[in-house]
Parts: sequence; C-alpha cells; structure tokens
Amino acid sequence: MSRYAHLHAPVGGPLWSRPFRILVVVFVFCALFFVYRFAAGLGASTALNDGYPWGIWIAFDVVVGTALGCGGYAVALLVYILNKGTYHPLVRPALLTSALGYTMASIAIHFDVGRPWLLYRIPLFPAHWNFNSALFEVALCVMTYVAVLWLELSPAFMEKWSQGPAGFLRRTSEKAAPIVDKAMPWLIALGLLLPTMHQSSLGTVMLLTGQKLHPLWNTPLLPLLFLVSCLGMGYAVVVFESALSSGILGRRRETPMLASLAGVMVPVLAVFTLVRFVDLGLRGRLGLLGTFDLYTGMFVLETVLFLAPAFMLLSPKARNDAGNLFRASMIMILAGSVYRLDAYIVAFRPGDRFSYFPSFAELMVTLGVVALEVILYVVIVKYFPILSAPGAEAPARTARA
Amino acid sequence: MTAVTHHRDPLPWETEGVDRRDFVKVVTAAAVAVGIPFTAAEQMAEAAVAKKLKPSVVWLHFQECTGCTESLLRTSHPALSTLILDLVSLDYHETLLAAAGHQAEKCLEDTMKAHEGKYVLVIEGAIPVKEDGIYCKIGGRTALELANTVAAKAGAIIAIGSCASWGGIPSADPNPTGATGAPEVLKGKTVVTIPGCPANPYNLLGVVLQFATFGTLPALDELGRPKFAYGRTIHEHCPRRAHFDAGRFVQVFGDAGHREGWCLYKTGCKGPATHANCSVQHFGEVTDAWPIGIGHPCFGCTEKSLAFRAPLHSTVDIERPTPPDTYPPIAAPQGGISPLATGVAGALVGAGVAAGFMASRKMGAEPPAGGGPGGPEKEG
Repeated sequence: MSRYAHLHAPVGGPLWSRPFRILVVVFVFCALFFVYRFAAGLGASTALNDGYPWGIWIAFDVVVGTALGCGGYAVALLVYILNKGTYHPLVRPALLTSALGYTMASIAIHFDVGRPWLLYRIPLFPAHWNFNSALFEVALCVMTYVAVLWLELSPAFMEKWSQGPAGFLRRTSEKAAPIVDKAMPWLIALGLLLPTMHQSSLGTVMLLTGQKLHPLWNTPLLPLLFLVSCLGMGYAVVVFESALSSGILGRRRETPMLASLAGVMVPVLAVFTLVRFVDLGLRGRLGLLGTFDLYTGMFVLETVLFLAPAFMLLSPKARNDAGNLFRASMIMILAGSVYRLDAYIVAFRPGDRFSYFPSFAELMVTLGVVALEVILYVVIVKYFPILSAPGAEAPARTARA
Repeated sequence: MTAVTHHRDPLPWETEGVDRRDFVKVVTAAAVAVGIPFTAAEQMAEAAVAKKLKPSVVWLHFQECTGCTESLLRTSHPALSTLILDLVSLDYHETLLAAAGHQAEKCLEDTMKAHEGKYVLVIEGAIPVKEDGIYCKIGGRTALELANTVAAKAGAIIAIGSCASWGGIPSADPNPTGATGAPEVLKGKTVVTIPGCPANPYNLLGVVLQFATFGTLPALDELGRPKFAYGRTIHEHCPRRAHFDAGRFVQVFGDAGHREGWCLYKTGCKGPATHANCSVQHFGEVTDAWPIGIGHPCFGCTEKSLAFRAPLHSTVDIERPTPPDTYPPIAAPQGGISPLATGVAGALVGAGVAAGFMASRKMGAEPPAGGGPGGPEKEG
C-alpha cells in the first residue's frame, strides 16, 4: 500500500465549520434519545411489537447501513480481484465509508437487542456457536469485518502518526506498520470474503421467515439478490461520496474515474433486475404484479429505481456529466435502500393484528447514528490521509505491472 | 304355553376359562387405566400369570350405602367376574358372598388364618365409635372390633370411599354415631385411602394389582391417597377449563351457558379445591360419567372439608384466580403510528432527496472536471 501513500493527504482546514457545528447539535439532540432508549426500555421508546420485533434500527441502520458500507467491498473487488489499479485512489475513502458504516451498524444493533451487554459473548464463546443460524453468521461476520476494515485502513492512521511527535502513537505505528503491511494480503482476502458471506446471509435471514414474506420478495435467490444489490449500492456510495467530498470539501474532481466506475454499475443493475424477473417468471409469480396493492406498488417502484440509473449511465457522455452521475448514484442508493427496507419491513407480514411505523425516538436514534457517522468521517478525512491528494495522478498503468 | 328356550353362545370363561392372552390383556388394561406405566403393567400381568398369584381379598362393609361396591360391579375392563374370579381371590365380601350366616363368619376366619399377613383388607364404610361402636354390628361384633381384628393380620389395608377414608356422609353433622374413617380407628397402620362417593373402582384396582405383583403400595400423600390419582385437582384437567379461563360461567341451571356446557364454578363447583382424577378417568368407561360431565358441579366428595360440609352450591376459593402476568396475552398490545414520527420521517427523506438534487444541479452547472483542483471551498 505504501506505493500509493503519496496519493492521499489530509484535507486540513478548520474543523468547526458551520455545517459541522449544525451536525454536532443534531447529534447531541439525538443522543438524548440514546439515553432515553436505555432508560425507558424498548417498549416505551420504540413502536416494535410481537409481530414486528425488528424495526428501522435493523432494517435501516444494520441492513441498509452495511450495504452502504459495501463501498470498500465493491472497490476492493475491482482493484484486487479484477486488478483494476486505476481505481486505487478510491480504495481508502471507500474503506473509510465501509469502516464507519459497519461500525455504526454494530453500534445500532446495541440499541435494538434486548440484552446488549451480552453481545460481547458472541466471538468469545465458540463452544456455544450455532452453525445453523443465519443470524449468528451475520453477527460473527460483521464483528470480524469491522475489525478487518479498521486494520485495512490502519496504514492511513499510522502514516500520520509516524510523522507526528515522538510518543506512544509514533512508536506503536512504526512497529505495527510493517506487520500490517505483511498481513495486508490476508486482510484484503478476508475483507472480500466476509461481506460475501454476511451480505448474502442478510437475504437468508428473511428467506427463513417463509410465508410471512410477500411472494414477490420471497425467493430462494434472496441471498444472491442481497449480494448483488450491496455491490450496486457499494459502487454508488463511492461515486456519491467522492462527488460530495469534492463538492463540499473542495477536493479534486475525480469524474473520469467515477465515470468509468459508473460503467460497472450498469451491468450490476441489469443483472439484479433480470435475475428478479426471470426468477419470478420461472416460479410463476409474475401474475402477482397484476394485483394493484401496496406490494405491487413497492415492487414497481424498486424496479424503476433500479433501472433508472442504468439508463441514466448508459452512454459514456452521460457518465461524464458530474451532475447526472451524482443523481444516478443517489437513485441507485435509494433503490437498494428501498429494496432492503421492503424485504425487511414492508413485505414482511406477521399477521393482520400488527402494524409498524418507527416511533419518533427510533427515528431520532437512527438520525443520531447517521450524524455520528458523518461527524467521524469529516474529522478523519480532515486529519488523516484518506482522500486523494490534490494534483496527484493515479498510477493507472503501473498498478497493472 | 311352551317354555321359551333362551339360547346364546357361551362366554369364553364358561367353557374353557380365561386364557393367558386374555388375562394379560385385561390386567394391562386395568393397570394402564389408572396411570401405571405400560411396561410395569405388562410385568404385573406376567408375574400374576407366572406365580398363579391371586391376592386374597377380605372386604368389610360398615356404615355405608354400598355405592362403592355398586360402582365396582359396573367396571367392564376388567369385568367384575374377571376381577373376582381371576385377578383376585375375593374370599369375603358381604354383598357378593354366596355363603350366609355362620358359614360366612367361618369363611372370614379361614381366610384370615390361611393368608395371615398377606391378605388385602378393603374397608367400605365409616366405623361408628360412639358408645363403644354399638351402632354397627355384624355377627354380634361391632364394626370397631371387626376392623381392629381383621386389620391386625392384614398385609395391606385399603379404605375405599369417602366413608371409610374420613367418615363420609355418616359423619355429617351432628354425627350421632361418631362415624369415623378407618385411618383414625387404625392408628399406627398404613391405610391407603381411596375417597370418592363413590370411589372410582380403577383407583382401587391399581392399588390392588400393584400390591399383588410387587408387594408394594403406591406413593401416598399425607392423607393416605395414592398420588397417581389424587395428586392434582379436578380443575387442573377439567374439560370445561377453557370456559373458566375465558370467563364463560353457568349462572343458573338450565340457562344458555349451561346448555352450551360452560364452566359450573358459579353454581358451586368444588373442582378447584378437590383432589381427584375424575376429570381424566371417568366412571365405568362411560364417557362423561362423572358429575361435571353430566352438567352438575363437582361437590368435592374426596375432600373431608367439602363434601357433606360445604353447602352444595356455594363457591370455593381458587388458588390462582387469574393467570400470572408472566403469561403473554394472546393479542399483544401495540402502539399506533405517531403523526410526529411520520412527519419527521417524511421531512428527513424529503430533505435528503432535495439536498441531493440541489447538489447534483450545482455539480452539473460547474465546468466539467478535467483533473485540476475543482469545487470551491465551502467551509466557513
């Protein structure tokens, strides 16, 4: 990785800008609801019930949140497996988004489970592991992946610290850097394996709900669809985040690189939609689209959201239009999010007696978690070499050597 | 008039007796009926066949109505004939004895001599103790004397029916004869009590068969009742329990609820306080042949404190009147959808989409990126 070290630089500049201050105020307000959830309990603070034991904290914070954190996975797949070194400048920002996304999902799960103080036991007691549980697979994978992501990203921190004042951080960084460097191929391999496992398992989890999941979503291919959609969302997040940081933080625009990355999204989106329709057709369920109800509406909305960016990015000229590219990636993120929210909440039908819409406190906790994620992102990119350095050129050709 | 000739096929035991196979079937059915494990029941039957063992039974009648004997006569699995001829040797029973007078007295004496320490004594009826027990005499001897004499040499003592168990109806106030249950008269001896008015004959059979095969008595509670039959209350296994839990009660006899078979608690059912197995072991293998089964409240015949003491139609206290909070309700309460939350959710999503769209417009308006430093610094 050191070969690419010169590519990245801290953004610098004052931290307490006005948007940042607003963000902190929002977070502090939401943090009051963090306290409320633990003081008053799940029954008082959420709209969850016996029919819907999982609400927005699982469906959005964890299921959508980890998919948004798949930027690292999606880019690593391109750079390391398909050996597209061109995209290397995107790796670190993508990894940071992933690390933060997964860390926030891990924090959010503590709000959702009834006895969060026992979560630490999952990795520590292998004798109690239930290998037949899809949820256990997700839990262990996500925990491991959070650690792997921060280790993958650790060179960025160590670069900064090893040039800093002498002290504990500098000594540790100098000692650890070569070890991490050696372990990097293994970390990268793990970083590719783990999301493949648990992103598909997120689909398996809902497959296990059987008849409770509406037939338009309930398919044995649910794990594959979750995997493909997380790839699409991963690429979209990288494009979105890069465009946004160039706009707001004043970084060099990476439109040509993003444009060619967007070219990858088109087949991903097409494959997703094709698999869905072929699967429905083969299992004789296309007729369900003829019923005009909420489910058909959501399915059509998802399909439109998935296909729209594919058409918007079809021509190279359109891909090079920064505004169009940004809009497309936004719709792509929306598509994946709606698909996951549908599979976890809207298309889940536990029975006539039950209904669910997140409570105000639930929404505030989710907003707080997102705000915290953005705060951490801004702090880290301002002080550590994550984003590509101004003026640096991507070593497009050398990476292939 | 010519005599009508009744012709029928002879029953098995009339020609060749009961064969081993039938016998094992009968014993097993009887044992299983009272809740003895199937394997143990088989063992009982096999043992009884192998040893040609037939416990000698002496049956004494005192202050009673013979209702317990009557209900025993109506068992069909096994039939009484099978029971007294093949399973046990009923050597003395005042109702069923062929002999009479001195012959009958001799029969009792002979049995006590021949099976000393091994015979089973069954006492039916209360024993009057007032004025030295003069209110009940058989063959010139008082019930008190008879009970003490016969019990002294018995291998096992069983008190059948509520009268023998704790006094029953003869002991009801003002109890002029001082009617007393066998356990109180035979202090210091183990008396298995099988209360009930009448007692369920299968509970007796279970005890007798266990004693005959293993030489042991079943586990008893503090009142000498076999736990296999009296360990739980009627209420716990009542077929009308669902109506109780749902609050559907018969208010008066003959009302709509009564005809629908609702719970009889309010009409004085003593089921919640009565320990017996009537609700699972009906009488004489006739389905619903027990009080609640025919629409009458349980009157607590097995309980000394209830039967013939508590008024027939007064209600009893219930140990656990309502289910504890820890049982989840069938329809769990759940909150509605808060307008505030929907509004906030809509605003957040709307703001996100709008902000994204504005940002994309701005990006599109700027000169296309060519590599050099791009967008303006927006920090402030």
